[in-house]
Amino acid sequence: MNPLAAIGRAVIALLSEVGRFSAFAGKSAAACFMPPFFFGQFIRQCAQIGYFSLPVIGLTAVFIGAALALNIYVGGARFNAEQFVPNIVVLGITRELGPVLAGLMLAGRVSAGIAAEIGTMRVTEQIDAMTTLSTDPFRFLIAPRVLAAVLTLPILVLAADIIGVMGGYLVAVNSLGFNGVTYLRNTFEFVETQDVVLGLTKAAVFGFIIAVMGAYQGYRSSGGALGVGRAATNAVVGAIVLILAVNYVITAFFVE
Amino acid sequence: MGANLQLAGLKKKLRGRWVLDGVDLDIAPGRSLVLIGGSGQGKSVTLKCTLGLMKPDAGQVLVDGQDVTRLQGAAREAAMRKFGMLFQGGALFDSLTVWENIAFRLIYADGVARKDARERAIETMRRVRLAPEFADVRPIELSGGMQKRAGLARAIIAKPDILFFDEPTTGLDPITADAINDLIVEMVKELGCTALSITHDMPSARKIADEIAMLHHGKIVWRGPASSIDASGNAMVDQFVHGRADGPIQAVV
Repeated sequence: MNPLAAIGRAVIALLSEVGRFSAFAGKSAAACFMPPFFFGQFIRQCAQIGYFSLPVIGLTAVFIGAALALNIYVGGARFNAEQFVPNIVVLGITRELGPVLAGLMLAGRVSAGIAAEIGTMRVTEQIDAMTTLSTDPFRFLIAPRVLAAVLTLPILVLAADIIGVMGGYLVAVNSLGFNGVTYLRNTFEFVETQDVVLGLTKAAVFGFIIAVMGAYQGYRSSGGALGVGRAATNAVVGAIVLILAVNYVITAFFVE
Repeated sequence: MGANLQLAGLKKKLRGRWVLDGVDLDIAPGRSLVLIGGSGQGKSVTLKCTLGLMKPDAGQVLVDGQDVTRLQGAAREAAMRKFGMLFQGGALFDSLTVWENIAFRLIYADGVARKDARERAIETMRRVRLAPEFADVRPIELSGGMQKRAGLARAIIAKPDILFFDEPTTGLDPITADAINDLIVEMVKELGCTALSITHDMPSARKIADEIAMLHHGKIVWRGPASSIDASGNAMVDQFVHGRADGPIQAVV
């Protein structure tokens, strides 16, 4: 086997996949702005993606905030900088950990769910049936999920920011001997609007990635239960990789 | 009232093989044609290309002379309003109740108020002899025969010009299958629709067809009145109708 040919095939396959995904993402985004709008579907998806994800996001944030405070305290103690725990916790949570961890958790919960649901509809001909009923599956199925994810993820991340900071606060005050009032004052004085805006921008973009990746993998699934399972797995892996890559790009853009 | 449906030189290649190799069919308004043929001979692909669920590589689908082969977006949705389709597995939406499934087109495509749509759905349920007490249950709670009835109700509720049936009796016991066949004949006559069905169930084909055509290797190899199927004079049709392993068609096992 010619190794160059094998590399060439792999590159072409990768580029084809990127092209197909980009076209699908473009079509999904366009469907969000084209009537008719299915408001009931949108509300249902807001509850499914946003409201029902709140417990998992809250639990993740509180533990990460608490662990972050402990680690920063230990690290800071090496050069007598323990007092910076509240500053670094709030910076880490709002700019990075809040949106990224929320994105990763939802990649597992939401992206896989969307892929499995739409994948099952695909293999049982429900999507074909929808088309024969004069209803565009992109507008009925995909647009409400994309809009719901883009709009609810920033709200979830805002909640994660608050809960994460409170996780750090609880550990700092109860275990590390910080004064509660001073901790909160340092937190609020240090955090800037742009830190929160960066986190929320990331959240909206991650929401788009999560919903579109789930829909993409589900929409093109085939081969019964095996195909649906594969679609769910691919959706999670694809969404996680894309979230981490895009996270770097957005961070670099804001830093510059 | 039924519409004229024409397939002209329909071709489709899948995985390097011509699954459809120039299919020509012309179904007059109000007539019911059943397409028979073995597994993998292109029956489902014919139906998908006709409905626009799959793009043919060549050829045309004409409805009352209008080419609908490659319509997109709103034009496709408008063309679909002339069609009603009963899928093999029912393809009912799991997340909706039975009446919402039946009234799907009315609510989401035609903008009919939910209250009116529900009334029409229940009236259509009665027409296909599906008891209205099943209106508020999920499709998963229905038996196979009931799911077919619900699928049929969904297909006919908007009074389409052309009805498509994909293996309408597959997976049903003979008595339920016969009841579904009777219902199909009744609905097609009542609505005056043109009907294109695909099946390899010969009792079903005999019952619902005015005409039968046989598809083999992507081509129509025989077409004639349903009443003449036993005297077709075509060895392939004869082998298929009598279900013999020996003959010009090689069994795929």
